[in-house]
Amino acid sequence: MRVLLVDDEVGFVSVLTERLVMRGMVAEYASSSKEAIQRIQDNSYDLVVLDVKMPGVSGLALKKELLNINPELKFIFLTGYCSDNVIDEISQDANGNIFLVKPVEINELIKVMNQVFPDERKAT
Amino acid sequence: MDPATLTNRIKSTIVNRWLRIKPIFASHPSPEEQLSYRSMWKTAILAVGSVAIIPLITITMVDYQVTQKAISSEFLLRAARVVSNTQRSIGFFLDERRSALSFLIRDNDMPALLNEKRLAAILANLQHSFGGGFIDLGVIDHLGRQLVYTGPFDLTDKVYTEQKWFKQVAERGVFISDVLLGYRLVPHMVIAVKNQLPDGTYYILRASVGIEPFQHLLSNLELGGHGDAFIINHNAILQTPSRYYGKFLGKSSLPVPSYSDHTEVLEMNTPQGEPLVIGYRFLKDTPFILMIVKKKAELMARWYKTRIELILFLAVSVTIILSVILCMATYMVTRIFEADQRRLAAIHHAEYANKMASIGRMSASVAHEINNPLAIINEKAGLIQDLFTFQKTYAEDAKLNQLLDGIAASVRRAGNITKRLLAFARNLEVVEVEDIDLVALISEVLSFLGKESEHRGIQIQVNAPEDLLQVQSHRGKLQQIFLNIINNAMAAMDDGGRLEVTVHPEVKKALSVDISDNGRGIPEEDLRRVFEPFFSTKTKRGGTGLGLSITYNLVQEIGGQIFVESDLNKGTRFTVRVPTRISMQEGDQNARATG
Repeated sequence: MRVLLVDDEVGFVSVLTERLVMRGMVAEYASSSKEAIQRIQDNSYDLVVLDVKMPGVSGLALKKELLNINPELKFIFLTGYCSDNVIDEISQDANGNIFLVKPVEINELIKVMNQVFPDERKAT
Repeated sequence: MDPATLTNRIKSTIVNRWLRIKPIFASHPSPEEQLSYRSMWKTAILAVGSVAIIPLITITMVDYQVTQKAISSEFLLRAARVVSNTQRSIGFFLDERRSALSFLIRDNDMPALLNEKRLAAILANLQHSFGGGFIDLGVIDHLGRQLVYTGPFDLTDKVYTEQKWFKQVAERGVFISDVLLGYRLVPHMVIAVKNQLPDGTYYILRASVGIEPFQHLLSNLELGGHGDAFIINHNAILQTPSRYYGKFLGKSSLPVPSYSDHTEVLEMNTPQGEPLVIGYRFLKDTPFILMIVKKKAELMARWYKTRIELILFLAVSVTIILSVILCMATYMVTRIFEADQRRLAAIHHAEYANKMASIGRMSASVAHEINNPLAIINEKAGLIQDLFTFQKTYAEDAKLNQLLDGIAASVRRAGNITKRLLAFARNLEVVEVEDIDLVALISEVLSFLGKESEHRGIQIQVNAPEDLLQVQSHRGKLQQIFLNIINNAMAAMDDGGRLEVTVHPEVKKALSVDISDNGRGIPEEDLRRVFEPFFSTKTKRGGTGLGLSITYNLVQEIGGQIFVESDLNKGTRFTVRVPTRISMQEGDQNARATG
C-alpha cells in the first residue's frame, strides 16, 4: 500500500511518514497542495492522508483535484477541528469521508487505514 | 396573641398589600431609571389631571355663582312684590277713608255738619259702608275748637289748637296720625281733612279709624316660616303687632330704613347677627313704613340644597376622574416600563448570544492552533518511541520509555481539553435537536469547572438513576443553562462547599435536574426577582444581572421550566425541568433566536 501524506506542518507530516515507513509501509509526504498534485501525477498511490485545512485550499477541494488525476485513490482526513461527535475521535461525514482528530494515535491511524483497505495490501 | 405579634402581623399585611398594588416600575433596581418612570407617571397625572379637572372646577364655580345669584335675586324680587302688593292694599285702605272724609266735608256745608244728628247719621252711614273702620267723627273750627262730636266719647268743646296734628292739617289740608291707644285703649289712628272757606277761615273733619283691617291684612299675608309683616312709624314705633321684632306700640328692634319713594329690599343682620332680608315701603302721605322681614337662612334653604348637590357632584366627578387618570397613568407607565424591559432584555440577550458565538469561534480557533503543535509533539515523541522499539538501542531503558509515556499522556490530556473546547464551541452553533444523555452532558459541564472545584475543595456529587431516558433537545442551550447555574452555585459557596446535582425522571415526559449548593442563599425579597433582567446583587463586583435572566430564557426556549428555592445561609436549590421532547414550534423559535 502506497500512502501519500499531505499537510502543511512539515514537522508533523515528515515524522508521521517516517513512523509509517518504520512500520513497513510505503509512505511519502507532501507539504503543499502543489507538491501533492505533482506527486500524484508522477507516482501511483493507493491512499492519501489529507489535512482538512491547508493554506489556500481545503482538504476536500484538494481531494477532488487528486481524484481527477487518479480516480482510484482512497482518502483519510486529519483535522484540528472536531467534526461531529465529541467523544469519538474518528468520524465519517455524509459522503463517506473519514475524519480523524489531531493529535492522532499512530495505531489508530493504521487501524483506520486497514479498514479502508481490508484486502491483501494490508500494512503490517 | 400578644399585642406585639398582632402589630407585626398588621404591619406585614399592610406591606404585603402595598407590594401587591405597588407598580412594578416603582421598584426598579436602578434609582435613576426608577425616577424617570416615576416622573413620567407624575407628569402624566398632573397634565391630564389638570386639563380635566380645572375646567370642571371652573364651570362648577361659575354655575355656583350664577345659581346663587339667580336664587337670591329671585327671592329679593319676590319680597319686593309682596311688599308692593301689600302697600297697595294698605294705601288703598287709607286713601279710601281719606277720600270719604274729603267728599263729606265738601258735600256737607258747615251748618249741615254742625248738626249733631246729621253727623251721627253720617257716622252710621260710614260704618255701614266701610265696615268697622270708623269709630267717631268730629268737626273742628279754625281756632281748634271741637264744635260737634259724635262717637263713643264725650269730646265736644275739646280744644286742639296746640296739638301738632291740628297745625299739620291746617298747613297741608290732610293728616293721618300714628296709631294711638286712646282712652278706650283701642288701637286706632286719626284721619283729618280741612275745608277752606271763602272768608279765609276753615273747618276740619276728624275721624278715628280702627286698625283691625290693617292687622287682618298683614296677618293674612302668606309669608311662610319665620316671616313677619308689620308697620312702623318714622320713629321705629311698631304700629301693628310684630311676631319677632318688638312689642306693639313699642320700639322695634329693627332700625328705620333709609327713605326711598320706591319699594326697597335690603339685607341686614339682627343685633344677634342673624341675617335678614327686609322689604319695606314708605307709605305716601302717612307716617307709616310697611316692613316685611324674612330670615335669610330660610330663603336660602333651597340654595343650600342646590349647593350641596353641586359640591357633591364636583367631589364625585373629581374622584372618578382622578382615579381613572391614576389607573390609566399607572397602566400606561407600567406598559412602557415592561416594553422597555423587554426591549433591553432582548438587546442583551442578543449581545449575550453574540458574545457566546465569539467565544465559541475563538476557542475553536485556539484549540485548532494548539492541536497542530500538539500533533507535532505527539509524532516526534512517537517517533522516538518507535526508534527505541525498532532499533532496540534503548528498548530496555525504562526511564526513557517512562518519560516518553509521560509525554504521550500529557499530549492526550491536552488533546482532551482542546477537544472539549471544540465540542463546546461547536454545540453553541448547532441548532438541531438531538438525542442527549443529560447526565453525560452535566458531567461534561462539570469537567470545565473540575479544576476550580478541586482547588477550592468543593465536593461535587451527581446522582442519577441508571436507566435514565435520553432527551431530545438542544445540546448547546442545555450546556449554557447548566454552566450558568453551576457557575452561580460555585460563586455562592465558600471553599469546602458541597454541590449536589440530582437527575430524576418526572411523570409528565420530563426529566428534572436539581442543583443544590450549601452557599449563602438568596434573601426572600430577592428570590422573586432573580430571573428579572438586570437584577443583580453583585453589580459592584462586575455582575451584569443577566446570567439568570438568560438562563430563564434558555430554559423557556427548550420548553422547560426553572424554579428556585433558597434558605438564607443554608443554600439554594435550582430545579430545571427538561422536557424529553421539544415541540416543533419551540425548535423553530430557537433556530431564529440563535441564527
